[in-house]
Amino acid sequence: MPNLIKNGALQEDAWQRVEPDSTRVIPNGIYALAAWQQLADKQQSGVQLEPGDGIESLVDHLDSIAVVAINFPVFTDGRGFSYARELREKGYQGELRAVGHFIRDQLTYLSRVGFDAFQLEDETQLEMALHSLHDFSESYQACIDQPLPLFRRRQ
Amino acid sequence: MYVYDQYDQQIVDERVAQYRDQTQRYLQGSLSDAEFLPLRLQNGLYVQRLAPMLRIAVPYGLLNTGQVRKLASISRDYDKGYVHVSTRQNIQLNWPELAEVPDILAELASVQMHAIQTSGNCIRNTTTDQFAGVAPDELADPRPYCEIIRQWSTLHPEFAFLPRKFKIAVCGSAEDRAAIHNHDIGIELVANEHGEIGLKVLAGGGLGRTPVIGAVVCDWLDKKHMLSYLEAILRVYNQHGRRDNKYKARIKILVKAMGVDAFRAAVEREWQALKDGPTTLTDEEFDRASSYFTEPQYESFEPAAASAALEAACVANPIFGNWVTRNTRAHRKDGYRSVTISLKATGFAPGDVTAEQLELIAGMADAYSFGELRTTHQQNIVLADVPANRLEQLWQELQAAGLATPNIGYLTDMICCPGGDYCSLANAKSIPVAEAIQARFEDLDYLYDLGPIELNISGCMNACGHHHIGHIGILGVDKKGQEFYQICLGGSQSKQASIGKILGPSFKQEDVPDVIENILQTYVSLRTEEESFLETYRRVGIDPFKEKVYAESH
Repeated sequence: MPNLIKNGALQEDAWQRVEPDSTRVIPNGIYALAAWQQLADKQQSGVQLEPGDGIESLVDHLDSIAVVAINFPVFTDGRGFSYARELREKGYQGELRAVGHFIRDQLTYLSRVGFDAFQLEDETQLEMALHSLHDFSESYQACIDQPLPLFRRRQ
Repeated sequence: MYVYDQYDQQIVDERVAQYRDQTQRYLQGSLSDAEFLPLRLQNGLYVQRLAPMLRIAVPYGLLNTGQVRKLASISRDYDKGYVHVSTRQNIQLNWPELAEVPDILAELASVQMHAIQTSGNCIRNTTTDQFAGVAPDELADPRPYCEIIRQWSTLHPEFAFLPRKFKIAVCGSAEDRAAIHNHDIGIELVANEHGEIGLKVLAGGGLGRTPVIGAVVCDWLDKKHMLSYLEAILRVYNQHGRRDNKYKARIKILVKAMGVDAFRAAVEREWQALKDGPTTLTDEEFDRASSYFTEPQYESFEPAAASAALEAACVANPIFGNWVTRNTRAHRKDGYRSVTISLKATGFAPGDVTAEQLELIAGMADAYSFGELRTTHQQNIVLADVPANRLEQLWQELQAAGLATPNIGYLTDMICCPGGDYCSLANAKSIPVAEAIQARFEDLDYLYDLGPIELNISGCMNACGHHHIGHIGILGVDKKGQEFYQICLGGSQSKQASIGKILGPSFKQEDVPDVIENILQTYVSLRTEEESFLETYRRVGIDPFKEKVYAESH
């Protein structure tokens, strides 16, 4: 069953969350930041940021990380929006996925700041949520999806 | 004023469609109360004590008469036929139906208006001087800057879920009429030694529970960096502002906690990454924005003849002359005056205006002021460009409409939030207090003798009525389920900004007019020739006022 929105379409999620207190190393695991920092081999690794973690500890490894998951414990905590945009600005090319309690009405903003994957709590909503990716066809600001602000593009 | 192109219109139209869908999902039950809450707030919709309240954005207070007529018809079709001008220069409807709000937003979009980000924890409507572009003391017109900020802040994807609301004000004149020291970010347009206009940037000002005067984070910033620098400030705030306690979540608390030097250093660090990127403003963009705020087709008047004629008319009709003195001010163009229409008539809630009055005002703006008008943060309406030789005609029309109260800048021209009559946050009512004070001090000669006094009333700590920066501030408080009123003195929103000091224990509603009278008597007995209330207060301090007020009440 498809359970992830990735690059604007539904697909099966190949990654799994590693419980924060687990010391197991599993393939395609998404680790909590502290556990991820312990990994000897960070090639093609997955890591999850919580609000307050900041992005600094990832900056030296942006080429090796395959998935950064950013958690929204509540959808009104907007720190993850800045984390995502900063990671992309610093050159991160891998998957950037939103996890936790974000809502579909945030999908436009999330994708604008650089998220390309969305793991919704309620998987029955995935199909409907796809529509929300296209709430807006134009925007004023420069961001990750559109590096030029409208004032440099207006005709 | 600014006119939408196809891009602006498309964004606003798509926002209406998005919100219509969200409202439907909410009404069908597939969107929870908690989820719908920030979505409706960011479209201006509060759920109030008696009904929802819809706050319509009036970007930096500028309206054309088509928009005003639309607001009048909306207030008739969807509400009770009147609107309220808020202290953020916005327009509020007090009785709309939640299910009809998408239709109201669609009507607004048809006249290039919206309610985007008029509430919620996001960047709010940018405010400025109501005399922008016409004030004789202006260094640079703040409106192009405001419009550039409006576009940048509208639906900004990174800053829609901030720790708390975020307010920006811009001022371009010698006198600060935009209260920039009490905003999350205050921008003052200043010239450097080469005469180039740049930005002095303040951060961390605010009112609310913890009133703070903003700190200077940048003395002079090249205007091309305005947006990247704002992004840097917002980014520091978004990541480090407190989210555990909503009363400590404003940027002022962060700036205090970090110290302004550490805060500035953090902003600089973020800015280095953003500086000189695509968000850097171009000359073309400033030219484009400025092209919407050019001078209207002014007639040319011979200055001496124009002022002699006005003077003669004022002498011939002293009631008109008095209104000219109180409610009009100098214009930078010879033979023109700027008119403030008082929405503070005795017996009406401060800032309220009926649909009929809105339509009459629209007609007057078309006839006398190039079809534009402005809302003010003091909750009045300005016709900015009126030829002096047509003032008397305008005044007659205003009188007939009940809009010629000559009290601008005096005690009864008070700022007042909707208070406990409407607002579910309020601890106490504010409108009846305002009305009691208006009724007590109806004698205009006494008001004029008192000179300029700013009296601001808030129904609760959230300080929508800006009580901290009134010369006299009144705050509604709840004491064991009873409404009481705390009074503070000495606040000011000028460039010499100050926060008012609390006089002492609070008072019952019916005692407030007496207390105000005692405060005013104290001032009159202590003032020297020509000294204003604020000047006297600053010279003598709070003690004489305290002694008089509390001696009388015991």
